[in-house]
Parts: sequence; C-alpha cells; structure tokens
Amino acid sequence: MNVQVEHHDKVLVARVEGRVDSSNSQDFERQLQGAIGEDVNAVVIDLGQLAYISSAGLRVVLLVAKTLGQRNVSISLCALSDPVQSVFEISGFNRIIQIYDTQADALAAAG
Amino acid sequence: MGDRDHPDYKILVVDDEPDLERLVRQRMRRHIRKGKYGFEFAGNGVEALEVLTEKTDIDIVLSDINMPKMDGLTLLQQIPEVNSDLRSVIVSAYGDMENIRTAMNRGAFDFVTKPIDFTDLEVTIERTLRHLDEWRAALASRDKLVAIQNELDVATKIQQSILPDTFPHVDGCEVYGCMHAARNVGGDFFDVINLDAGRIGLAVADVSDKGVPAALFMMSSRTLLKGAAIGVEDPSTVLREVNDLLNETNDAAMFVTVFYGVYDPSTRVLTFSNGGHNPPLVVHPDGSSEELELTGGLALGAIPGFEYGQASVRLSPGDLVVFFTDGVTEAINVSNEEFGLESVQDLFREPPTPTAREAAEMILQAVKDFAGEAPQFDDLTCMTLRVADE
Repeated sequence: MNVQVEHHDKVLVARVEGRVDSSNSQDFERQLQGAIGEDVNAVVIDLGQLAYISSAGLRVVLLVAKTLGQRNVSISLCALSDPVQSVFEISGFNRIIQIYDTQADALAAAG
Repeated sequence: MGDRDHPDYKILVVDDEPDLERLVRQRMRRHIRKGKYGFEFAGNGVEALEVLTEKTDIDIVLSDINMPKMDGLTLLQQIPEVNSDLRSVIVSAYGDMENIRTAMNRGAFDFVTKPIDFTDLEVTIERTLRHLDEWRAALASRDKLVAIQNELDVATKIQQSILPDTFPHVDGCEVYGCMHAARNVGGDFFDVINLDAGRIGLAVADVSDKGVPAALFMMSSRTLLKGAAIGVEDPSTVLREVNDLLNETNDAAMFVTVFYGVYDPSTRVLTFSNGGHNPPLVVHPDGSSEELELTGGLALGAIPGFEYGQASVRLSPGDLVVFFTDGVTEAINVSNEEFGLESVQDLFREPPTPTAREAAEMILQAVKDFAGEAPQFDDLTCMTLRVADE
C-alpha cells in the first residue's frame, strides 16, 4: 500500500496503490491524514491503482470523510476498479461519498 | 544502588578452602563497600543448599568442584530444585576439561580456573549478572504477555458465549450458525431471536476492522440489535434505530454491516433489511442459487438519520438461505486466490439440499480446506435457514 499526493491548486489528489486491509489500515490512515494540510479546499482520492480494500480500509475513508466534513472540505473518490466499486456499493458508502468515473471528472467537480 | 546491608547482587561462594572467604572479602572490598556485591560462604554442597534454602535472593553460586560431603557437580544438579532464578559459575583446575564439560552440561553458566585470577572473576561475574538481568527482564515481559493472553482468552469465552449455541425448534424450518474468529476476539456476530407469533429474527453482522476495538463495538451492536428487534416490527426500523444509537458515540468512525431479516414459518416469508452487508444466498432444491437483493442500505454507525430500505421474499419448501460474512468469500489460499461466492454456490449444486447444520459446516470446512496453510485474516461466520421439505 502506498499513498502518492499531488496538488492541483487547492485540490489535493491522493493516489492509493496496492491493498488496504486490517494489517496496514493504520498506516493508510496516517499517510492520508498526514497528506491533508490546512490549505486544502477539496480532496480527491484516486483509487485507480487500489486492488483491494477491506472494511478496515473503508473505516479510514469514512473517518477522513467525517474529519473533512467538519472542516467543510469536500471529498470524492474516483476511478474505482470493479471489485472496489462493489465493496462501496454493498457497504452503501457510495451513498454518502461522491464517486466519479475518472480523476478528470472528480477534479472538474472539485474545482 | 544498594548498600552494604542490601547489596544489588548476592553471590554464594562454595569452597572447602577456609582462606578463600578472607581473600574474597579483601579483593572485592570496594564492591562490598559500595553495596554492589554481597557475599555468602559455604564449605561444601550440603551447606550451600542450606544457605540457598534460607536465602532465596542469591543471584550467583560460585562453586569449587572437589569438596567433602557434596561436590560441586552434584550441587549443580540440586540447585534448580531450591532456586531456578540464579546462575552458577564453577571453579575448576586449569585444563580439567572433563569436569568443566560435565559442569556445563549440568547447567553451569560459566567457569573460572584455579588459581583464581580476581580480574577474570570480576569479568565473569559481570557477564553472568548481565545475562541474569536480561533473562529476568525477558521473563517479566513474558509474564505480562501471558496475563494479556489470559484476559483475551476470557474475552474470547465471553464473546463466544453470547453467540447462540442452541437454535429454536420451529415447525417448518431449522436454523444453525457458527463463527470462527481470526484472532482471540472477533468483530463478527450472528443472532437468532425468538419473536412473537413463532417468527424468528435472523441477524448476521461484521464490524469494520478486527481485534479488541472491533470486539467491543460488536458487543454493543449486538445488544442494541437484540433490543431493537424485540421491540420493533419492521427490519428497516430496527436497523434505523440501531444506526442512530451507534452514531451517538462513535469518534473512531467504526461501523458494522448488518443483514437483519424476520422469517415467518407460517407464510415462509423472509422480510429483510440490509445495512451494507454482503447479501445472503438462497439455494433452491434443484441446486440453483441466487443472492438476495440489496435494499439500498448503509453500514450502521456511518452516519445518523439514515433511512433503510426493506424487501420480502417468499421462500419455497426445501430452500436454504445462507447468511455469511465476507470472511467466507474473501478467504484466500496460499496462491492469494479468493474463495469467492461461486465456490459457495458450487457446494450445493447437487441435490439434495443438506440440513441447516450440515450446510453451515460444509461451508466452513470448504473454506478451511481451500485456505490450507494460508493464515486466516478475517472472522468467518455462517448462519443457515433451511425451509422444511414439502
């Protein structure tokens, strides 16, 4: 698991690669929370290179979404593979977190 | 630091040579004065054992080999019975490899040779004490771990004891369930709740993450669910109530996926609401099977005020409903392949449909066989509802 961060003006894009499960979810939380600075209006999490996410990983996404919500920072996800999309659909998290097909779509909406 | 009356370490010197005591006290006087070492003396093995029995805080036994009454090699064999928390250093004649070997085999930590070189003796004592300190620290941390492990074992028992182990005997159907936690305590649970008019509440749930935090969240989820199920008719209302209660205090953003259904054996109707859980599988008597629909739900604990959907299905005689957690379908083998839903479906392709208990046990056994040597990452839960044959 690895998180790579890019800044597009005041939009932060975090690209997550690999697998997120209970063995590395704390590391995932640290990397993601650490990447999100004060000077950010929106966060886009690009899951295009994410092969697998367990419920422990979903918890981190939910935690980050809640934290950002309190700061009025918008959060969206993009480029989910079919298995990852299915995890978000079954858990119902696609109903509370905005999901876009591509990073460009997410950036356009966030900008 | 110790003082003269309470030294840091106590050394028992065992030798039949009477002049040795004076020599040791003289050569070690600085250490004795500073309270680093304290010395006891014994003239043979028998006396040494008496001292060890009386004074349980000896750290090192420094013993000669040839002595009257009981020699040093016999003493070495006897020491563990009186005190297992000390180390022995043997004093032997120079080049006496045979006795040195025997001494080492009998548990001596080190040896020095005669005539005693006190500089060498000090180095040997220091090394022995360092080893003893590390050994004691390791023992202490092991004891702590054992204590934690014991507490976890108790937690495991408590958690297993709240899962149903007897199942209602109702005309027209049978129910069975079991859970195998990946660690001591798990985040999965299932419940079978006797409701009025012969109806049965059926719940299967999976808390985000694992270990102790998940287990605590699981305990409170399960209690809230049971309470709501007994008081409220509609499964969707049950989930809404539990969700709102879980959201009242949930800073860690934990959540639990729950499938909750009410089965009425008199009509064979299963009414259900899905809170973000993987959908149960309905297996028909001809071996075909399909998943129950999702009801537009959301994992419980995620956000308050969520309205849950609800659906009903009328089961047929001989139908088998398999409720499970994703620990079943996402179990992996040594080649990192997932067990998958299709493997569950494949178990039941050939009629006749097994009993509720057989079906649950078949699934868990199949997952176990599939996983082989691969470690179990997630809790495995399987609950089954089998409608009686016509």
